[in-house]
Amino acid sequence: MATPLDPHAAIAIEAGGVDGPLTTADGQPLNRALSRASRKARWRAFMLVAPLLLFIVVTFAFPIGQMLYRSIHNDGFAANMPQLSEWFAETEPGTTPDEAAFAALARDLQASAEARSIGIVGTRINYEMPGTRSLFTSTGRKVRGGIEPPYREALLEIDEDWGDPSLWASMRNSSTAYTDSFYLASLDRTRNVEGDVVQVNENRRVYIMLFLRTLWLSALVTLMTFLLGFPIAHLLATLPLRRSNLLMILVLLPFWTSLLVRTTSWMVLLQQQGVVNDLLIWLGVIDNGGRLKMMYNQIGTIIAMTHILLPFMILPLYSVMRTINPSYVRAAKSLGATSWTAFRRIYFPQTLPGLGAGALLVFILAVGYYITPALVGGASGQLISNMIAEHMTGTLNWSMAAALAAILLGGVLILYWVYDRLVGIDNLKLG
Amino acid sequence: MKKTLILTSALCSMAFAASAQEVNLLSWGGAYGNSHLEAYAKPFTAETGIAVNIADADNPATPIKAMVEAGNVTSDVASVEYADAVRLCDEGLLEEIDAASLTAADDGTTAADDYIEGGVTDCFVATDVYSMVEVYDDSKFPDAKPAGPADFFDLEAFPGKRTMRKGAKFNLEFALMADGVPAAEVYEVLSTPEGVDRAFAKLDTIKNDVIWWEAGAQPPQLLADGEVTMAYAFNGRIFDAAMKDNKPFKIVWDGQIYEMEGWVIPKGAPHMEDALKFIAFSTAPANQARAAEFISYGPPRKSAAAIVGNIEGTEEPMGPHLPTTEANMGNALGSDLDFWVDHDSELNERFNAWLAG
Repeated sequence: MATPLDPHAAIAIEAGGVDGPLTTADGQPLNRALSRASRKARWRAFMLVAPLLLFIVVTFAFPIGQMLYRSIHNDGFAANMPQLSEWFAETEPGTTPDEAAFAALARDLQASAEARSIGIVGTRINYEMPGTRSLFTSTGRKVRGGIEPPYREALLEIDEDWGDPSLWASMRNSSTAYTDSFYLASLDRTRNVEGDVVQVNENRRVYIMLFLRTLWLSALVTLMTFLLGFPIAHLLATLPLRRSNLLMILVLLPFWTSLLVRTTSWMVLLQQQGVVNDLLIWLGVIDNGGRLKMMYNQIGTIIAMTHILLPFMILPLYSVMRTINPSYVRAAKSLGATSWTAFRRIYFPQTLPGLGAGALLVFILAVGYYITPALVGGASGQLISNMIAEHMTGTLNWSMAAALAAILLGGVLILYWVYDRLVGIDNLKLG
Repeated sequence: MKKTLILTSALCSMAFAASAQEVNLLSWGGAYGNSHLEAYAKPFTAETGIAVNIADADNPATPIKAMVEAGNVTSDVASVEYADAVRLCDEGLLEEIDAASLTAADDGTTAADDYIEGGVTDCFVATDVYSMVEVYDDSKFPDAKPAGPADFFDLEAFPGKRTMRKGAKFNLEFALMADGVPAAEVYEVLSTPEGVDRAFAKLDTIKNDVIWWEAGAQPPQLLADGEVTMAYAFNGRIFDAAMKDNKPFKIVWDGQIYEMEGWVIPKGAPHMEDALKFIAFSTAPANQARAAEFISYGPPRKSAAAIVGNIEGTEEPMGPHLPTTEANMGNALGSDLDFWVDHDSELNERFNAWLAG
């Protein structure tokens, strides 16, 4: 019946084996044989996915992890100003700097200026307290040749800003390599002289507002794609195959077109001297003076993003709708349901897995959108990703970019978790 | 590009016998990179026999940082913006360049005196000056023409939308000049909180009529589309559109803000000596003047500005199109790097909050 070579099949129960352990035909305990076989299968499966896993770790997880690490770790000050950092570590926040502190500062400044790392130190402090980078670089040039005690007087003579308590508070905040200051700054907050967390000046608060706007616009775009995409997906799913294929190409064609091309096409269409406005004037809907502003504002961002993300809503909806058996709706109607009731209680609930997948896809893509808002968004259509890009390429404050990105990532994960609790991830169907 | 390849390979094979005499130049490509090839690299090789290999980067400052930090420096000379040069120099990534090694002017003035202020620093020697200028579409204003920064903010006399660079830099200075602050006092005023408020208040007056550009190619496009009637944009781009595409774009030099670009030597460059020779050669007045005939960026040496010839391939003099020409420097402002490295993040945050508010 079974060969001893096949441990799965070859289960033999020894005579009187009611008490003893189960063994295979060759006398091994069954547990061990089974676990060895399944271990082998698992190992083989792992080896098959190992190249992909390695690829993802090397090209994705590791760089992102390293980038996010920058948001809490910046040793620009701590590494180049070791003696002063030590003084900060030994004293309480709010301690008035004494001669020992100034001596440490002077020696560190001199060493750092000689090593030409003073620019890095100044840049780090400038993040905390704008306007101080040149204080470090110019003082560095002066103390490079040496500085005589008493250090306090000598430094104050070079620049009296060295006595500023808020400068010392900023240096204290930067004196450890691990810091929360980039996260505080990402939430429009900072530490004051006493070390308490306070909001920044009103005219500099920008990040929280941008986070909220990003979430709100993404939700709006998701809603718009749903309203526009649902009927189309339904049409595609119910039409005869030949005609639905043709329609499908119309959905997919823009999907295959470059994002930049589509965005610039919208610019041509929507700008004030653009096609849509010209058409409306020709039709007599508006006059030449009343050209509509549909670009370089939130409206432009919403229109372009909705169009670009539409296929991500239509495709999952379509693939789920294809599988819905039309006889359910027919049955509901034959039992006396109106069309609306049949749709609401029978058809729509069955599309939820596709809707959930589409909504999640569109929302998560929209949250990270960058090029489209940058090109058509103008002033009021900017999203948080544009600020991340600004810090990556413009100000070169990568720690700040990492903190903003980490908060965005965390926010999306929280939403994903909420979604899982409300709808259930198992209920998701991409096709 | 193809030309460069042929040239460099030809030069490489020529220089092969003459051992490893060469300069690896990191430039920007495009029309600007072409001016480096035509005005500097070709004549330098012809005169000295030292090959020049040109490579392009989006912004050469980025690869320099990467090369020096990785300890594998392959470039000898790179063209970077002034701001990046100072930043890299402060971080110890550049070699120092002795100003005495530069070519003196024909009348014997030392290079250091011949340069405009800030043209030669510890690690940087300027090659050209570009500027941010007010531009208008001539066809939109048939009667009175805009003549200065104040007109840019005058929506009644000169109706239509404006386009400005998205960011605090350039705009705050320009707004103050429009508000009547002379160029020489702009940064003094801008260093005070009241001055910053004043600049933002001035920007407020046109805020609803501004389209903010991010890439240098946008302003000529917006002007050409008729989306805007005036722009505050880089002069080289406008010059190109006006000359090559025959667009009716006119530059108002009053209120221009200029910045420099120039050579730096990455720390640990493999051919230091040849690099210095190349820098001395290319920044000699005659060669700087020659480069300006290829692109409308002005020579930073006073003695070179006077001898710039015609626009390459035409009979029209380049002089009137350069930011550095005497007539264009009337109310011109040199961008203050120290101010911006100190206040960049602060003022940009405020700018972004202002934009969104």
